[in-house]
Amino acid sequence: MKKILQGNEAVARGAWEAGVTVGCAYPGIPSSKIMAELSKYKEIYTEWSPNEKVAVEVAHGASLAGGKAIACMKHVGLNVAADPLMTIAYTGVKGGFVIVVADDPGQHSSQNEQDSRHWTRFGKVPMLEPADSEECKDFTKIAFEISERFDTPVLLRGETRVSHCDSTLELGERKESTVQRGLDQKETPKLVMVPMYARVRRVAVEERITKLAAYADTEFPYNSMEINDPSIGFISSGVSYLYTKEVFPRYSFLKLGMVWPLPRNMIAEFFKKVKKVIVVEELDPFFETEIKAMGYKVWHGKDLIPAIGELSPSIVEQSLTKAVERKSYKAPKVRIKPEDLPRRPPNLCAGCSHRPLFYALKKLGLYVFGDIGCYALAVAPLLSAMHALTCMAACVGGAYGAGKVLGDSTFLHGGIGPLMDAVYNKGYSTTLILDNRITAMTGQQEHPGTGYTIQSEPASMIDYEQLARAVGVKHVKKVDPYKVKETMEVIREEVNRDDASVIITENSLCILLRRAKPLEKFKNPFYGVDTEKCRNCKVCLEINCPAISWQEGEGQTKDGHKRKGTGFINKDQCVGCEVCAQICKFEAIVPGTK
Amino acid sequence: MKENGKVTNIFLSGVGGQGTILASNILAEVFLKAGYDVKKSEVHGMAQRGGDVTTRFRFGKKVYSPLIKYGDVDYLISFEMLEAARYINWVKPEGKIIINKQEILPPAVSLGQIEYPKDIEKMFKKYFKDNVWIFNGQEIARKLGNIQAANVVLVGAFSNFFPEFKEEQWTDAIKELLAAKLHELNIQAFYEGRKALQG
Repeated sequence: MKKILQGNEAVARGAWEAGVTVGCAYPGIPSSKIMAELSKYKEIYTEWSPNEKVAVEVAHGASLAGGKAIACMKHVGLNVAADPLMTIAYTGVKGGFVIVVADDPGQHSSQNEQDSRHWTRFGKVPMLEPADSEECKDFTKIAFEISERFDTPVLLRGETRVSHCDSTLELGERKESTVQRGLDQKETPKLVMVPMYARVRRVAVEERITKLAAYADTEFPYNSMEINDPSIGFISSGVSYLYTKEVFPRYSFLKLGMVWPLPRNMIAEFFKKVKKVIVVEELDPFFETEIKAMGYKVWHGKDLIPAIGELSPSIVEQSLTKAVERKSYKAPKVRIKPEDLPRRPPNLCAGCSHRPLFYALKKLGLYVFGDIGCYALAVAPLLSAMHALTCMAACVGGAYGAGKVLGDSTFLHGGIGPLMDAVYNKGYSTTLILDNRITAMTGQQEHPGTGYTIQSEPASMIDYEQLARAVGVKHVKKVDPYKVKETMEVIREEVNRDDASVIITENSLCILLRRAKPLEKFKNPFYGVDTEKCRNCKVCLEINCPAISWQEGEGQTKDGHKRKGTGFINKDQCVGCEVCAQICKFEAIVPGTK
Repeated sequence: MKENGKVTNIFLSGVGGQGTILASNILAEVFLKAGYDVKKSEVHGMAQRGGDVTTRFRFGKKVYSPLIKYGDVDYLISFEMLEAARYINWVKPEGKIIINKQEILPPAVSLGQIEYPKDIEKMFKKYFKDNVWIFNGQEIARKLGNIQAANVVLVGAFSNFFPEFKEEQWTDAIKELLAAKLHELNIQAFYEGRKALQG
């Protein structure tokens, strides 16, 4: 019977059917759900690793012991894991080893838009690119076969419109691995990458990619040619193929299921069979460049199709209709200019502990190096309390490098190294660890600081204070961010030191972390504005709380101050965190009554 | 399964936390069980944080793209007035529209910097005449005891467009996707929504 699964679920299902025994990931949109799904299968050990490099290393270790293993991450995660990847390409694998890397064209929830296909050529390892859920499952399974047959890690490219798209497929059965379990000391020259041995493997890597190219041409079942109207042939892959097929179904197609190495003979045959070739691919001209380098004339590609942002059937149609159909693209009727409508950017949840903390930083006038996660939303006006952000945990080093500034951190991902640096090299930055006990932004995943594993089993929990002291931080303070004044005093004291310091928030559970009942700590269920006291100073608006808005209306306070409006608190949205009541100078925000 | 070849495009829009994804999951389940090929695309991440959320759902004999072409939407289901207006250009001239009459203020409106657009209902009626249904699904859900069920109220309203489906096809999907303790509330919500659009 047909089932409907999301691309991520289908990858997990494919891994299970392939006989995977170990799965490791650091959550990152759009890849996060793969490991969450995989953790439901009892035959598989799964973990949230502290970062992607660790995930790849743990999974590779499992592979060397004969297990089939999978590591999953978003595109920027592979940057972190690139170090092991580039040399695992030399050592190879024993049990099949697949690394899933999910791109985010259009940057729906990412700090950059890098095209992960470049890793495959750079790393000299094969990459497969599924287009829908059925292919997600099938390609994951064949990726394990390729991995074992060619002794290589295999990259599987996801992306937002594949990983987060639901489509139909047939479920299969699990097939246990036949690879012999156990480690073999005789394999040392293949696995110890000192120069003497690595030079030997360097040759093996080139031989392997040649064999893989032949396999891509003759055996790999998911590079396919559809010769229909031969006047135009499209070369495409993944979801770009689906968009093109949707818009121009009557022409010919070469769909590449394997991004690298390319099937040279098949490409040659396609150029013989069709008159003109258009390459449709998202982001960089990866195929186009390679195909041109083979000496072929590509009629159209990135000259017409945008290289920035995601593609869609509309963009493919707009870019190519004139060339393909020799008529101009007719845009649908515009009834409203969407740019005239108020935008709706995401915001920190009502009651979130990051809100008062960032308000405190703002009031102190500090320059904040921020980090990846919900707290990046503190950049939004009027809170406007973040000033630099690049990648996970970069803020700790950034803060040290820039001088007297602040960083908060996705600390466990990569913040310990730069904190050591700040201490060792006599820095005086203040690092804030916003401990909300969960990986919140990506949808509530556990990590070594939460006290639970991916299977929700109790586990050891990082003690941030001891950890900071162990690397040599002398000044470690804890603050309750919901006490705004006290928090400001502690931060003021710590940033004025000539030593590195660490401030850890406590009582700051993520508001969405249901198991910990975060709302119970608030005394009152909601607050309201006392219109007899509100003087319309608008300070309450500065914290960007989704429950607070401004209402126009001439009036005056009980003691006669004239005003043009008041603050307003929507009690359906307010959770009673009291931060606005603390910052109101006129005691105009009071516990609400039903 | 009727119509061969034709793919039907449904666009759902709302604000993070309103349950657009569950609503689209119910649709996917119903059309899958009815024998159609289905594809559904959504963007996660900001969904719980009050940002705008969209889901595209397509069904037909064979569906290629998970995304809908601009201007090709057959049904727009919106959980919030402004989030309906944002996608009005996407709807075909003969498209049908269901909107939950709720206004959730975006930040710039909360701050008093810009007004919430006032004439959304009028604008939809102007372009789509009798093919627009705007009703207060949230109020219906509130009466049932939980405003979170407004999404299923809208699914109930939408179900009227497919008279060939039995009511059980919808309620079975709801049962399949939700925990047992939520069945009663949501099935009620479905029926109330179904009645609301008939009346």
